[in-house]
Parts: sequence; C-alpha cells; structure tokens
Amino acid sequence: MRVADYRTPSVGIDSVGHEARLLRLWETAPGLKGFFGSVDHKQIGIRYIVTAFVLLALGGIEALVMRVQLATPGGTLLTPEQYNQLFSTHGMTMIFLYASPILSGFSNYLWPLLLGSRDMAFPRLNAFGYWVYLASAAFMYAGFLMGNGPNDGWFNYVPYASRDYNPGLNQDFYALGMVFLGISTTVGAANFIVTAFRTRAPGMSINRMPILIWGTLTASAANLVVVPAVSLAFFLLWLDRQFGTHFFDNAHGGQPLLWQHLFWIFGHPWVYAIVLPAMGMVSDGLPVFCRRPLVGYSLVALSTVATMIFGFGVWVHHMFATGLPGLGLSFFSGASIAIVIPSAVAVFAWLATIWLGRPVITTAFLFFSSMILLFVIGGVSGFMTASVPVDWQLTDTYFVVAHLHYVLIGINVFPVMGAVYFWFPKLSGRMLDEKLGRWNFWIAFVGFNLAFLPMHLTGLLGMPRRVYTYHEGMGWDTLNMITSVGSFVFAAGVLLVFVNVWKSLKAGARAGDNPWDAPTLEWATSSPPPPYNFAVLPTVASRHPLWEDRLGDEPALSSLNKGLLLDQGKETIGTSALDAEPDMILEMPADSYAPVLLTVGLSILFVGLLCKAWMIVGVAIVMTAAALLFWMWPRRQLLEREPV
Amino acid sequence: MKSAPLAFLDAAGTRADTILPLTWFTVIVSVVVCLVIALLLWVGVRRRQTSGVADIRSVPVQRGGDGLRWISVGLLISAVPLLITLVWTMVALAKVAGPPRDAALTLDVTGHQWWWEVRYNSALPAEVFTTANEIHIPTGVPVLVRLHGGDVIHSFWVPKLSGKTDTIPGQTNLSWMQARLPGRYRGACNEFCGSQHANMAFEVVAEPPEDYERWRAAQLEAAPDPTSQPQIRGLALVEYRCGLCHQVRGTRAGAVSAPDLTHVMSRQMIASGTVPNTPGNLAAWIQNAQAVKPNSLMPNQYLSGDQLSDVLAYVETLK
Repeated sequence: MRVADYRTPSVGIDSVGHEARLLRLWETAPGLKGFFGSVDHKQIGIRYIVTAFVLLALGGIEALVMRVQLATPGGTLLTPEQYNQLFSTHGMTMIFLYASPILSGFSNYLWPLLLGSRDMAFPRLNAFGYWVYLASAAFMYAGFLMGNGPNDGWFNYVPYASRDYNPGLNQDFYALGMVFLGISTTVGAANFIVTAFRTRAPGMSINRMPILIWGTLTASAANLVVVPAVSLAFFLLWLDRQFGTHFFDNAHGGQPLLWQHLFWIFGHPWVYAIVLPAMGMVSDGLPVFCRRPLVGYSLVALSTVATMIFGFGVWVHHMFATGLPGLGLSFFSGASIAIVIPSAVAVFAWLATIWLGRPVITTAFLFFSSMILLFVIGGVSGFMTASVPVDWQLTDTYFVVAHLHYVLIGINVFPVMGAVYFWFPKLSGRMLDEKLGRWNFWIAFVGFNLAFLPMHLTGLLGMPRRVYTYHEGMGWDTLNMITSVGSFVFAAGVLLVFVNVWKSLKAGARAGDNPWDAPTLEWATSSPPPPYNFAVLPTVASRHPLWEDRLGDEPALSSLNKGLLLDQGKETIGTSALDAEPDMILEMPADSYAPVLLTVGLSILFVGLLCKAWMIVGVAIVMTAAALLFWMWPRRQLLEREPV
Repeated sequence: MKSAPLAFLDAAGTRADTILPLTWFTVIVSVVVCLVIALLLWVGVRRRQTSGVADIRSVPVQRGGDGLRWISVGLLISAVPLLITLVWTMVALAKVAGPPRDAALTLDVTGHQWWWEVRYNSALPAEVFTTANEIHIPTGVPVLVRLHGGDVIHSFWVPKLSGKTDTIPGQTNLSWMQARLPGRYRGACNEFCGSQHANMAFEVVAEPPEDYERWRAAQLEAAPDPTSQPQIRGLALVEYRCGLCHQVRGTRAGAVSAPDLTHVMSRQMIASGTVPNTPGNLAAWIQNAQAVKPNSLMPNQYLSGDQLSDVLAYVETLK
C-alpha cells in the first residue's frame, strides 16, 4: 500500500555536501549496468537524438539513391520493386523513426530542465519508450535488410497491401512494426502530459511554460487520441493478411476506404505532432537571439492548441479524390483553409519578434529564422491543396512531394538543426563552431531550396508521385536533374552538422552555463547539467527567470539559488496542474532493468507473431508478464510499501 | 504546353477550364505571400542586426513595440485571400463536382494492374464494345465516366480535361469530362498501385463528332479474317497463346483479363502508354514484355523467329 509522505521539505541554499548527497542519489551507475538500467532523462534524451539522427542519415541515403534513379528519364539503377521499397522505407524512416523521435529526444532532454525539475514524471516509462523505439526500428529495418521492407508507401493503402497483391512478408514486418512502435509513442505521450501538468517548478503557472512545452504537450495529447487508430488499422491489416478476416476486403463486405479513414484520422494530426514541438523550439530559441521576449506568447500558445484541434478535422483532405460526396468534401476543404489562421499567428509573432528585437546573427538564429520562410512556403502550398478542385489536379503529383518536404524539412529538420546549435552547448558543455555553422546553414539552405523549390513546378507539369521512372518528353527532365543535384548539396549541408558535433566534442570551446544569455531555467544550471539537474529546485515568478533583472516588469522575482533541497531521497516536487503550487513530494525510481527486460519480451513477442510461431509467442508472453511484475513490484523506496 | 503532356497549367476541357483560374489564383496568392514574408524577414533581420556570438551580452534585453498589432494586422490581411479562396472553391466545386445529367456518352473505365479497360455503353447491346488504354470521345459534349476498381486502387486523371478520381474496388466513382478542343490528351494513373504504377498511362482522343462516329463504327467491327498464309498461322498462334488472356472479337481468342486486341493497331501506344505502337516495339513487347515493363502480367513469349513474324503479320491486320 502506498503511504503519503507528509514530510515538509526543507528550503535552503546549495552546498558542497548537499551536492555530494544528490550525486550519490541520482548518478547512473557506470558501464553496462548504467547503460541498460539508466532512467536519467538526459541520457535517454541523448539516446533518442543519436538514434533518430542515425535514422535520418539512413533515410537520407535512401533519398539520394532514389534521386540518382530519377535524375534522368528511364533510369535503370533500381528495379521497380527496389524503388518501391526504397520510397516506402524512406517515408517510414523519416516520418515515424526520425521526425517524431528526434523531437521526443529533445523534449526528453530539455523538459525537466525547462520545468525546473529533476526528471520526467515516469522515468522508467521514459526508458521503456526509448527501448521500444529502438527495438521497433530494428524490427522494421530487419525486414528492409532481408528484402522485406514496406513497399506500399508509408500510407500503405489496401488492397495493394493485402495478401492477394502483396504476398511477401513486407507488409507483416511493417504492420507489426508499427503496432510495436505505437507502444513507444503512447507511453511517451502519457509521460509528457503528466510531466507537464505535475512536475513544473513551483510558481511556473501554465501561462509561464516555454512554448516548447506547449508544443510537445499538445502533440502528446493528440498522439494519445490518434495513435490507437493507426495501431488498430495495422493490426486489422495483419489479421486480414494472416487470418483471413475481411476488414478491408471488399469482396467479402470489407471496405478499402476504411483503411484510408483510419490511417489519415491518425496521419494528419501526426503531421502536426511532428511540427508543433519544432515550432515551439523556434518560439523559444528565436527570441533569445532577438534579445526580447516572444511577441504574443498567449496567442502563440493558444494557436498551438488551436492548430491541433483544427488538425483533427482535416484528414479527409488526403482523400479528396476518393469519390466522397461533395458536401462532405467542402466541410473538410473549409477546415483545411481555416487552419491557416492559427499558423499565421505563429508566423506574425515570429516576424514581429525579429522586427521589434535586435537580432544577433548566429547559426541557430539562421536556422530558426529561415524556418519562418520555409514554413510559409510549405504552408501556402498546403493551402492550395485545401481547395478541393485544385487538389483534384495537384494531389499525388510532385507538387505534394514538394509541399510535404517544405513542411517536414522546413518545420522539422531546420528547427532541429537550430536546436542542435542552440542546445548542444547545454548538452555537452562545448560550443559548436560558428564558422563551420555558417557553411552548414547556407549549404543546407541553398541545397534544400534548389532541390525542392523547382519540384513545385515538376508537379504543376504533371509528374505523378511514387513513380520509379518517367518517360522523356514529359517536360520533367531538367527539373529532375536540378532536384537531384540540389538533394546532394542539401545532404552535404546536413552532413556538416555531424562534422561540427564531432569537432566540437573533441576540441570545442567551453560553453559555460549560459552562453547565449538566454532567459529560461535550463540555462540556470551547469553545462552539461548534473544528474540531478538542479541542486535546489528553483521557484519561478515569470516566463523569463534569467532576464527578470533586465526586463524589470515582473512584480515578483524568481528564486534560483534558494529553494527546495529534497536531498533525503531520489525526489522531486509535484505541483498543481494550473498554478504549479507544490503539493507533494514525488519519490523517483532508481535505475532499473525492468524497461529493457520488458522490451526484450515484447521484441520476442513480435518476432513470434511475425513468424506465427506460437511457442515463441507463449514464451514471450511469460517473459513480458514477468518483466511487468518485476517493474510493478511495490518498493519501499517509492513508498509503495510500509516502511520497515 | 505541348512539351508537357501531363501539365495542368493549360486546359482543353470544361472541367479543367473551371479549375484553372482558381489554380492560378492560388498560385499567385501563394507566390505573393512568400515574397512578402521573405522581404519582411530579410529587412527585419538586416535592419538592426548584430553579428557574432561574442557580443550577445552587449545587446540589451528589452521589451517594447506593439507586437500584437503585427498579429492582428497580419491576420486581417491573410483572411482576405483565404475567404476569397474559400468562396471560389465552393463555387468551382459545385460546377465541376456533379456528373452532368445530360451526358452524351457513358463509359465504364476499370483500372487494372497496369492498364485501363474502357467499355462504351449503349442502349443497343450490339453497340456496346470494349477497348483499352485509348479513349475516344466526341468534342463539345459531356462524357460520364463510371470508374471501377479491378484489383487495387488506381486513379483516373486527364489533366488537361479533368481532375483525378480514384478507382476503388467495391465502389463506383463518377467522373466526367468535356473536351473543348480536339486533340490527343495524355492521362495517367495517379494512385500508387504497385510495380508498374509508373507505366499506367492512357490517352484520351477528343475528335469532332463525325470523326468519333467513324471511329466508333470501326471499333464495332469484328476482326477481319486472315488473308495470307502467315496471317492464318499467326491467328492460330494468337488464339492459342494470346487468347488465354486477350480477346480478339470474331476469333476464338475470347478472354477478358487483358486489353481487348480487336483493334489494337488503331491505338498509337502499347503497354498502357509505355511505348509507341511501332512494329519493332510491338515485336519486343510480345516476345520480351518483361524487359519493356518489368513485373507486368504479360509473360514473355519465347516464340521462334518465324512464329513471331507470323503473329505480327496477323496482329497488323487488327486495325
């Protein structure tokens, strides 16, 4: 039975002995033990980021191979089947295995630091989320390496994905892998939501949260709602394929369009889930370099939420050509046009922040500010496809390929690059090279636009998507060559960020606690932060605790050096959902093997399901249950049992 | 835009005509918005910029300026093109969505991996016929196209005449087109449908009503009897081999799971818009289809040289 901790935590200032006590409590064990057992959000965050960047590189290589194939008409580098697996795997990788996990990585690393807390609300769940992400990525890539990668696009329409037309294991790897990955996304989302509402520093009322918190919180809420739809869809597909059910099989009363609804009711909110946190990065990072607070904080926060709410009502714009009734289409068309409004709020807020500030040009600033333009280009092309009759021409041409890359690269990769330059000093304690950074930015920016701006025209000239080759004389030859050249330039630009990180880790300049003179809590602790993040938990009185002395317009002052000590155990403070008033001490779990063991059990389970080897499935279920039991076993340290 | 057969920045039919000005309007709005934002961004950054990280602390942090005005003015200006687009969209949608009630001609088009089956309907059963991959329509009249999914989902698209509509198994979607000008308009499958999605094109030939009637009358004819020895031997081979999948009306080749070949030589392209219908291409397609269109359902034939020339001799009579 859980007993409440009625102790009143003591308030004090930092001391050497205090830090030593905290270090003993919070430090992850060295070696393999720590590697498999760590629940430290910073280690987990870095693992997410590294894994996601490895997958970004893989997805990028896949894209380059395709661009060689498409550089000239009638390319023969790839067979149709190879091309189809490549473009599908590229989509799967970038959308599911890079774009979302990279943001989870940054959020995992940054959230407790931004919130003035010592860890995420559920540290073991956090570790579990990462391990499942890694395992499901390995699962799906195992399929690809065996020649059984997804081959029906990331959207995976039936009936082409059904067994009649797709007899290999390709779709089974993809379907089960997506169900597997969905576990990671779901537990991560739940963790973010509870963390945001329960573990903010005392005084960080909901209107003082950084916009990155708003972005990831909104995305997480959406994920909890929509991931079940796609997990269900893939599970039903697997049942159709392996057990002869007929959910999508029209010959037996099923409905191919059911797949599209289930997929896009997830898929469109997902697009917002993989850009809103990145927009949050820009909203938090850009003002630092403009030397002023973000213009229209409340409007930007509300527009983040509003975008998501609208985002639930636009999925049918992916299905304008499926023969749905005109009245229904016009509703979704209107909603898709209206969603421009909340996005425009963010754009004008950023522009005003630049105009009313005094921009200091750094690499991070260049990535963040250029994102505004790329966002607008990706936005207006989206607005064009929102108009049903126009979309009947545009859809499934390269225009849409250009559009979605402006969205995903412009609003995800560019802010993430900016975030690397902005927060790497915090992660590592070392600065990235600014000179190399400029090369990095300009090569990436020029390469990206060279590759994808002309692609709009390729689409207007009618080139269909997802074709492994095209004929001469269609008017697309020159444009495709330009795109291929541009994609290699862009890749070179992205590569430079890795070079820069490698150089900096070897011999980068020391960063200090707050190299950018930024206003939020993560810059109040050392770089890199100690395992316990903050020796004393800060108390917050404004949105910009580190700028208060200069902005001078806040009635109360934040307290960074004096605060809750919480050094009696591995503890952080729980605060109320809206006003962040402290109301309980949260006992945090020690390092644990339970998450990795549970992941091993689940991995074996999914392999067993793939092979339909029921003995293996049985063993895996027992392992999974044992790992859960081990995880849930009441512990005295967490006050889950009576103290001795 | 003769150089870009699938481009939709020019139109030759009622439906595409209605969509085109809206497309141009949204393109122009989009380009203007991007230019304005780029300019605001450029000027905003250049106006008061400081370069260099070292100096970041020397630039004082301060509030100031009426930021909310930016947002309110920005939103007001943005709302204007959005509202215009919304209304225009609804108006255009009403014009192009519904199938015409006075269709002069009704076609049943079925998407197959990777070709198009086209059935011409008529009140008279004797005037119903089937062809493939080349659709002839009379100019100046609305043509109703009922779309069926033969296997997986495909999408029917003739950019210069009409936008896309998917062909989905288990449901009948309606599309229509009305050609303003005579011409040969390329169409293509626009929904990913497997290996040869890239080679699933077709052509719509719009011609004056009298030309169309002539073509229709010719299509209704059965295949002519072979006249020479090679043609007779060729027919036997066609019935024995091609007839397992294809139909040649008037012969014993009567299967319907592949394009109807009764008038194959009247079509300008073969293999669904993949190669021009020349004797060389035709021979290559018959003998070695997998090299022309890998994974297509047309198997290689491994005919001897004599057999191949016999088959060609016969097929060339199917005008």
